Amino acid sequence: MSHHMRLFEVFIRSRRGLDHKHVGSLHAEDPQQALEYARDIYTRRSEGISIWVVDSADIVASQETDCESFYDPHDDKPYRHASHYQLPDEVNNM
Amino acid sequence: MSIDRNLIKDYAIRLGDDSVVLGHRLSEWCRNGPFLEEDLALTNVALDYIGRARMFYCYAAQLADDGSTEDSYAYLRDCRDYRNLLIYELPRGDFAFTMARQYLADEYNLAFTEALVGSADETLAAIADKAVKEGRYHLRRSLDWMLRLGDGTEESHDRLQRAVDDLWGYTAEFFAMDQLDQQMSDAGIGVDVAGLEAGWRERVSATLMDATLDVPKADWSVTGGREGIHTESLGHMLSDMQFMQRAYPGLKW
Repeated sequence: MSHHMRLFEVFIRSRRGLDHKHVGSLHAEDPQQALEYARDIYTRRSEGISIWVVDSADIVASQETDCESFYDPHDDKPYRHASHYQLPDEVNNM
Repeated sequence: MSIDRNLIKDYAIRLGDDSVVLGHRLSEWCRNGPFLEEDLALTNVALDYIGRARMFYCYAAQLADDGSTEDSYAYLRDCRDYRNLLIYELPRGDFAFTMARQYLADEYNLAFTEALVGSADETLAAIADKAVKEGRYHLRRSLDWMLRLGDGTEESHDRLQRAVDDLWGYTAEFFAMDQLDQQMSDAGIGVDVAGLEAGWRERVSATLMDATLDVPKADWSVTGGREGIHTESLGHMLSDMQFMQRAYPGLKW
């Protein structure tokens, strides 16, 4: 049965104010069933208050071969980093 | 009206028996599920029922105050002492049978626990309050499977129809009031189960139609669980469920 089923990626928001985070994937017949299985598999121990499921086929992912053109050009641009900026004490959570 | 706490204890035990027996039957799917996701989901439902049994048994033990514990109720009583409804003890069968039973039971248990929330007994009302939240999810799942299997392939349709036909005569017991049910209902503590029947039949018939299934004729019925008269299946189930405590009395994890 499972080889006919679609693969979904599961994202959980652990509490209000935080982002949804990718936690894993699962098989299901359709998005609604995927949502229920996500509840049963990934929120058994109070991990979350909100779930997104996304058809894995809808995700466009960068490839290993993209690394050279995507990321290497950043290496010699230290001015893009805030490493020389003194953070005021009043600013938390950065 | 004051009511003998011994009667409330018996009432809590029968509700605990319903929960532990259905929970055990569901737990038999652990590692046998049709695929991993459904295996985990079914096991979650089993755990909800076993948790519910613990709450009913703990309350019964507290009322009995005779050294009984949740474990002694579950593991050290024989078949004839169990007071669960017969439908829960039937072997799990195939997946269609398990889901058909679960759907029929979920429709019943949600209506039952929604009524029990209004119990004059605070503990029973609190247990029911938790059970209602679980029950809404259980029903969402089992209803979904009724539609999937009933309106699925020819084979899934036939298996589900056969399961509903085989289960139908056991559903009459949901709504049979014995003396204890009547006393508890009169005292505002228990549920008037006879009053749940019309709504249950209406909802279940609508689901069966949506699932392209026939509503079976009510031309046979079996009862006896509330008197301790069981099918042959319960003894086999208990011999498995109780094996460790029977073979090694007092064994702890």
